Amino acid sequence: MELPSDTAPTHHGIAPHRCGECCTTLRQVGVRYHGTPVLEDINLHLHCGELTAIIGENGAGKTTLVRCLLGEIPHSGEVHFLDAACRRKDSPVIGYVPQRVSFDREAPVSVLDLFAASLTTSRPACLGVSLSVQGQTIEGLRRTGVSHLMNRRLGTLSGGEMQRVLLALALTPVPNILVLDEPVSGVDHSGREKFYDLLSRLRRQYDLAVLLVSHDLASLARFADRLVFLDRRIICEGPPATVLHDPRVREAFSLASLT
Amino acid sequence: MNGAWLEPWHWAVSLLPFEWAQYAFMRLALLVVIFLAPLLGGLGTVVVANRMAFFSEAIGHAAFTGIALGVILGLANPLWSMIGFALLLTLTIAWIRKRGGLSSDTAIGLVMAVTVSLGIVILSKGGDFARYTNFLIGDMLGVTAADVAGLGILTAVTLAIFLLFFNRLLLTSVNPVLARSRTKHPGAAELIFACMLAVVVTCSLPWIGILVINALLIVPAATARNFARNTSEFFIGSVVIAATSGIIGLVASFYASTATGATIVLVAMMLYVITLFIRRREA
Repeated sequence: MELPSDTAPTHHGIAPHRCGECCTTLRQVGVRYHGTPVLEDINLHLHCGELTAIIGENGAGKTTLVRCLLGEIPHSGEVHFLDAACRRKDSPVIGYVPQRVSFDREAPVSVLDLFAASLTTSRPACLGVSLSVQGQTIEGLRRTGVSHLMNRRLGTLSGGEMQRVLLALALTPVPNILVLDEPVSGVDHSGREKFYDLLSRLRRQYDLAVLLVSHDLASLARFADRLVFLDRRIICEGPPATVLHDPRVREAFSLASLT
Repeated sequence: MNGAWLEPWHWAVSLLPFEWAQYAFMRLALLVVIFLAPLLGGLGTVVVANRMAFFSEAIGHAAFTGIALGVILGLANPLWSMIGFALLLTLTIAWIRKRGGLSSDTAIGLVMAVTVSLGIVILSKGGDFARYTNFLIGDMLGVTAADVAGLGILTAVTLAIFLLFFNRLLLTSVNPVLARSRTKHPGAAELIFACMLAVVVTCSLPWIGILVINALLIVPAATARNFARNTSEFFIGSVVIAATSGIIGLVASFYASTATGATIVLVAMMLYVITLFIRRREA
């Protein structure tokens, strides 16, 4: 049997409460779209308790990588999920926070409806929501401090409120891996800082493996344990201090001012 | 099938102190409306939320080719060829969307153009098209006991499948990517719903009519959206509005001697306009 620690990179920063055992491994993952490679030779390990951020320019394959992890698109190579006892898990619980969701703002769908539809298939949300699902919903919304939004219509939420609701949804039930695809694009600076702070806290509290796609280099420098710079393949990875000083990263993001 | 099992229904309705309730064909038509209108109203909420209005329109229009197929095959009742063709079309549209990358409305428009023209060409050969105008506006006067039984079974089966897949369809309507991360095979749920919708629309055509069937799906749901603040208000509102306008429209069409399907749609439209002015949405 293969131990994940054999292949896990050890050069990254130390995350508190890391169990250091459960791990998600991507090995030589590649994706082609109409014959053109979009992702090539991706080797990556995600550990619980650790916040890994994917950075890269538009079209670098960040969202494609997320979709591979979610099992949405066919890819070459392997994606393994190992639990704390190093057993293969074929279907881990993945919490996913999508990129700013575009949806019909007039739709008569409440936050509770969204949770009910996600948490159960046995009782259709159109016939009302059971008390137990309501309880789970409140509990989930409390994790991100938005339980007062339960009966609000999705279309009436602000961008920041919506992201907290979606984060709460991704954490219900508490997942093995939390994946966030540019979760705070379109949210103002202080809202973004608050969101990352919350994310960082939840990661410690629930010992989550977090994979985050983001452009917020300044925030990532403070909140991420590890950065992965992607441009169709992994160009460089490591602790933020190292990656943000890599000349290739500095060039891509015009980082002359950041030292 | 003889209609003896419907005797209690006939007896009960005939006790109503209205002229229309004294006619057997009206009592049968009332049963059809009571099954069909809420069913279409309920399915309509998903049609509206998941943006399938153009698809359901296309399925209705494709009936031309379904009828033509029945004529060519020499079927006594073209309903079976209509259903078969509607299902084939549903799968074709899904396949084009998946393979060709055509945006959905273009794919549907393309398929609809072909099927409508093909059906009309075949049916009009020899100048016989007038025979089929019943399908255009529908006919509620010739309902038989067997029709009612078939419709009852269709309603029960459809409702069961619909409620089973409802949550997946709801998630897909909010965000397809989110739906894929939360449930298994939301795309399959949408395809099953589309097939089911195709069958229900096709079976309703002989009564409601090709020209107005889509309105019966869309208008009650659009009306409920004017006031609904959550999914259950939306669904139950749409069902109640569909049933109300169905019954009022049927009775109105009796006294005004008009086509029932279109009359129901006009009543539903009136409710839509009324709810526009009494909107009470905030939440």
